[in-house]
Amino acid sequence: MNHYETVFILTPVLSDDQMKEAVEKFKALLKENDAVIVNEENWGLRKLAYPIQKKSTGFYNLLEFDADPTVVKKLDTAFRRDEKVIRFLIFHLDKFAAEYAVKRRSLRSANKANAAAAPAEDKKEANEIKKEN
Amino acid sequence: MAQTQSEIRYLTPLSVDVKKKKYCRFKRSGIKYIDYKDPEFLKKFLNEQGKILPRRITGTSLKFQRRVAKAVKRARQLALLPFVTDLMK
Repeated sequence: MNHYETVFILTPVLSDDQMKEAVEKFKALLKENDAVIVNEENWGLRKLAYPIQKKSTGFYNLLEFDADPTVVKKLDTAFRRDEKVIRFLIFHLDKFAAEYAVKRRSLRSANKANAAAAPAEDKKEANEIKKEN
Repeated sequence: MAQTQSEIRYLTPLSVDVKKKKYCRFKRSGIKYIDYKDPEFLKKFLNEQGKILPRRITGTSLKFQRRVAKAVKRARQLALLPFVTDLMK
C-alpha cells in the first residue's frame, strides 16, 4: 500500500449534482479496488491560470488515498475515458509529503471545527439575547 | 606623493556595501515539503514571465531548488500557475 494524491479538474458546464456524481464515481472506483480514501477536498469553481479546452474555469477536486500501485493505472484510464475531466494529476506521496499531508489535514479539520464552533456560539448568544428580550 | 593620494576626491561617495549573505529559506525555517497547491507561495520563486528563478538569485539550496521546480511544474499542470505570462505580479 502506498500513499497517493490526485487532483482533477472537471468541466465548469456541469451542475453541482453532476459534479458530485462524477466525484462519487471515482471514489466508488477506488473503493472497488480496495483503496482507502484518506481525505477528500472540493475546492469549488476556480479560475484556471490558462485556458484548457477553451474553458477558463473548472471544478477542482482533491482525493488522498492509500492503495496498491495497480490501482493508479485503473484510475488513470478512468480519468482519460471521462470527458468531464479536463485535467488530472496523480502522484505518489513521499515521506515528507505524507507528513505534510497529515499536518494539512489536521489544520483543515481544526479550521473547520473552529468555523463550525463559531456560528454555534453565535446562535447561543443570539438565543441568550432573545431570552433577555 | 602621499599628499596627492590623500587628496583624491570622488564625486559620489564610494559605497562599500557589505553583501548580505544569501541563505536557503527552506533550510532555515525547516520546511521539508513544498506544496504545489499554494500558488501564492510559489510565486516567490518565479519572475514576471512565470519562469523559475535561478538559485543564484533566490539562494535556495540545490536540494530544495529541485523540489521548488517540481512543485512549480505540478502547479502549472493543474493550471494553478501559468506556463507563460506577462506581468504576473
